[in-house]
Amino acid sequence: MSAVREQTAPRPPLGTDPPRRSTGPGARRPPKSAGRGIWPYVLIAPAVLGTLYLLVYPLVRAVVISMQDFGLRQLILGHAQFVGFKNYGTLLGDSHFWEVVRRTFLFMAINVVLIMTLSTLVALMVERLGRFGRTTVLSALVLTWAMPVISATTVFQWLFHSEFGIVNAVLTGLGFESFDRYPWFAHGPAAFAIVVVLIVWQSVPFAAITLYSALTTVPTELYESARLDGASGPRIFRSVTFPMVRPIFLLVFSLEVIWTFKAFVQIWVMTNGGPGDATTILPVYAVQTALSSQRYDLGSAASMVTVVLMSGVLVFYFRQMFRQEDELA
Amino acid sequence: MSTTRPRVRRLPLNIAAVVTVVVCLFPVYWMVATAFTPTRDIQSDNPRIIPGSWTLDHFRTAVGAAGFGLFWRNSLLVTLSAVLLALVIALGAAYAVARMKWKGRRQFMLMVFVAQMAPWESLIIPVYIISRDTDMLDRLPTLTLVYFMMTLPFTIIVLRGFIGTIPPELEEAAQVDGCTRFSAFRRVAFPLLAPGLMATSLFGYITAWNEFAYANFLIIKQQDHRTLPVWLSSFQNVFGTDWGATMAASTLFAAPALVVFLLLQRHVTSGFAAGAVKG
Repeated sequence: MSAVREQTAPRPPLGTDPPRRSTGPGARRPPKSAGRGIWPYVLIAPAVLGTLYLLVYPLVRAVVISMQDFGLRQLILGHAQFVGFKNYGTLLGDSHFWEVVRRTFLFMAINVVLIMTLSTLVALMVERLGRFGRTTVLSALVLTWAMPVISATTVFQWLFHSEFGIVNAVLTGLGFESFDRYPWFAHGPAAFAIVVVLIVWQSVPFAAITLYSALTTVPTELYESARLDGASGPRIFRSVTFPMVRPIFLLVFSLEVIWTFKAFVQIWVMTNGGPGDATTILPVYAVQTALSSQRYDLGSAASMVTVVLMSGVLVFYFRQMFRQEDELA
Repeated sequence: MSTTRPRVRRLPLNIAAVVTVVVCLFPVYWMVATAFTPTRDIQSDNPRIIPGSWTLDHFRTAVGAAGFGLFWRNSLLVTLSAVLLALVIALGAAYAVARMKWKGRRQFMLMVFVAQMAPWESLIIPVYIISRDTDMLDRLPTLTLVYFMMTLPFTIIVLRGFIGTIPPELEEAAQVDGCTRFSAFRRVAFPLLAPGLMATSLFGYITAWNEFAYANFLIIKQQDHRTLPVWLSSFQNVFGTDWGATMAASTLFAAPALVVFLLLQRHVTSGFAAGAVKG
């Protein structure tokens, strides 16, 4: 199979054809003889060394710490004992930890569904707008996207301020008297909702713009012939538009799932995981356990559980990306 | 196709567009508007959407706050050095990937793509402990290294793309004319790369400028080594309930990013930054 492939297609797509012979000297004659030997390796050496020390080493260290008895005492004196999977056992036997895991998945599901629905609608809308409207909406999306996380978080705290916040003033003005001085951040579900609104507000621009650029690649002839065949609007979306943008849609989807964990910053600044632990998701829980309660071992174990959960989505993301175009070549 | 449609049918669409723009822009607008509103109007029971009177007092408070200049300098120093380091190292690696044939090239790019998605939120604890062990806690170079690693993969990916768009024949011609491979790259390809380097470094700059988590957990005792995001997050502790000053500081912090994004809008909307800049 692969022999035929190599003759017809110069580069087999990744994931379907494990032997990567295309870069070897025998499979295909390189276009020029220059650039062989040691030079390429010298050029990539700093990047590889940087990655090894700044990314791989911390990851390995996290795995090691998660298998040690590592508290404040060991941090100061050293000599942490190896305890195997004891920390993972402690963690998985803790009902509080499971509550955090459940909340993380709930948080992720609500965010991702809202982000994908809203951004698809916005992308479809932008495509149908005139030139002026399109430029205006795209500029507004770009500005929202550009808003730094910390600025956005601070502004949302101000918008939902109990005494002078504009949201309470507007709600009270509309006749909802119960929102007069309503302390949003003192109630678990309310604080959770605000964090979700903030994340969705910050994430929709990227998703909508990416989906919109995917939509522009759909040939208009397809729409025309579908319309001639008498297809309705929703039917055209289901049978023509969506299949065409599906790869990009799935890419954005998996990115948004992975980025849920980046909500760490917003949560840490806004609520610190509270009130109670109504907004504590896994990364927040890990850092709280490690740096506030000085249980570095349990915190690392929680981080590693997060990484394992994420890597499933990550594999899916890479499969999608490399299927989309042979990026590695 | 849309011009033939009756106006009435476009009405829901236009309303939806207006709602989208308002929802997107209102928080940004409210930040700037509050920053210019006098305190007595901010702390009123009936806040006005368009401020009745304007003031620059809050900006004076924010700029005059203890350490503002220092934190600004720290942020700039850390960010610039991280981006420059990433640019230099990525340029070499991107050149090797785009122009040379060698064993392990695919594996290297795979490593870069995986590094781009690194779970930085889950590495705070080990990075904290490693910095502590190597006596790098409370020091700005630690942050520089972390930000360098955060921006490096994206810089390599984008620069590889830019180098790929420059025809290799240009450099080969220069080499025929007697240039070495290095000087052919420097004299021919590098000037053509300048816009790409610019755009790439600006996106890296924004990532590093906005970073909060590591700045918060790696700089603990040495308050003088804080960066702007950490300072801004603790602004309420500094100014109490002075929301005008808080919003002024927030505006000053956000302004560079907002301007850069608007200038690079073409790149942003063409999907160039896909997956690179979050938040």
